[in-house]
Amino acid sequence: MLDIVIDVLTAVFLIVGAFLSFAAGVGLIRFSDAIARMHATTKPQILGLMVILAAIGLQSPNWSTILLLIPILVFQMLTAPIAAHMVGRAGYRTGVMAEDSLLIDELAGAIERAQQESGGAGTT
Amino acid sequence: MNAQVTRRELRRRFIRQLPLLVGLVVLWMVLWGNLSWLNLITGILVAVVVTRVFYLPPVDLSGRFNPWHGLVFLATFIGDVIVASFQVAFLALRPGRIPTSSVIGVNLHTRSDLIMTLVAIALSLVPGSLVVEADRESSILYFHTFPTASGRDVEKMRRKVLLVESRIVRTLGSKDDLRRIAEEARR
Repeated sequence: MLDIVIDVLTAVFLIVGAFLSFAAGVGLIRFSDAIARMHATTKPQILGLMVILAAIGLQSPNWSTILLLIPILVFQMLTAPIAAHMVGRAGYRTGVMAEDSLLIDELAGAIERAQQESGGAGTT
Repeated sequence: MNAQVTRRELRRRFIRQLPLLVGLVVLWMVLWGNLSWLNLITGILVAVVVTRVFYLPPVDLSGRFNPWHGLVFLATFIGDVIVASFQVAFLALRPGRIPTSSVIGVNLHTRSDLIMTLVAIALSLVPGSLVVEADRESSILYFHTFPTASGRDVEKMRRKVLLVESRIVRTLGSKDDLRRIAEEARR
């Protein structure tokens, strides 16, 4: 009985993880610019990874596996935002964003002010 | 007398580094997958070498840790990730126009680098927000948020950032930061 419950849970987790990865792929193609695409690729992937790791933990419930899954998740969670930030920052700076995709842009004003204060020479 | 001061300073520095060293040794043993004296000793050696060679300025911990608020933060964080992941996933799959996004600057209350980093990481992991730029001197984080169809969504996002910040500060922020958060809440 318990085995069936675990198998069903594992299957559900794997399907949810696969669905999120699929949606990330679709978002990568459909979203309008580089930064919006980062949302699609880095984020559903975190939850997708969480559920797939949970599925692995359910199927092989011993300490050495579970202890190995935790650092995998932690390092993904630490590195994914940094990758997203670097691409996002570079994308913003080089102006690859679609013009009409922004509703409000509060950073542009801040950069302008910073440049005026430093005499137009410095870029932050 | 001078030697004593430096010895005390050294000991303080060692205690400050201790959580990092213990974490590295635990990670080493987890990666090897078994508990043995050899792993423990080589782990300590590797941890010491790594912290010597790749020297980083010590992280300023406030010394406070509130497990209850930590749990609240963790639970709401996982909830946020789940809800937002599906939102972005459905947005990608739904036919029709993709909504607009915004770049917003949120002025944080904290003055701690660690809290600011944690807020940035926590929000970057939630789909729909991504840190584009950080202004460390005035504690402003610039987020690219998605989707924002109207000004209402922008304000909702701003409140969410401050809410996440207040949860993290309540977990491990300094007394000074706590006071600032409480003042803001009263207003």
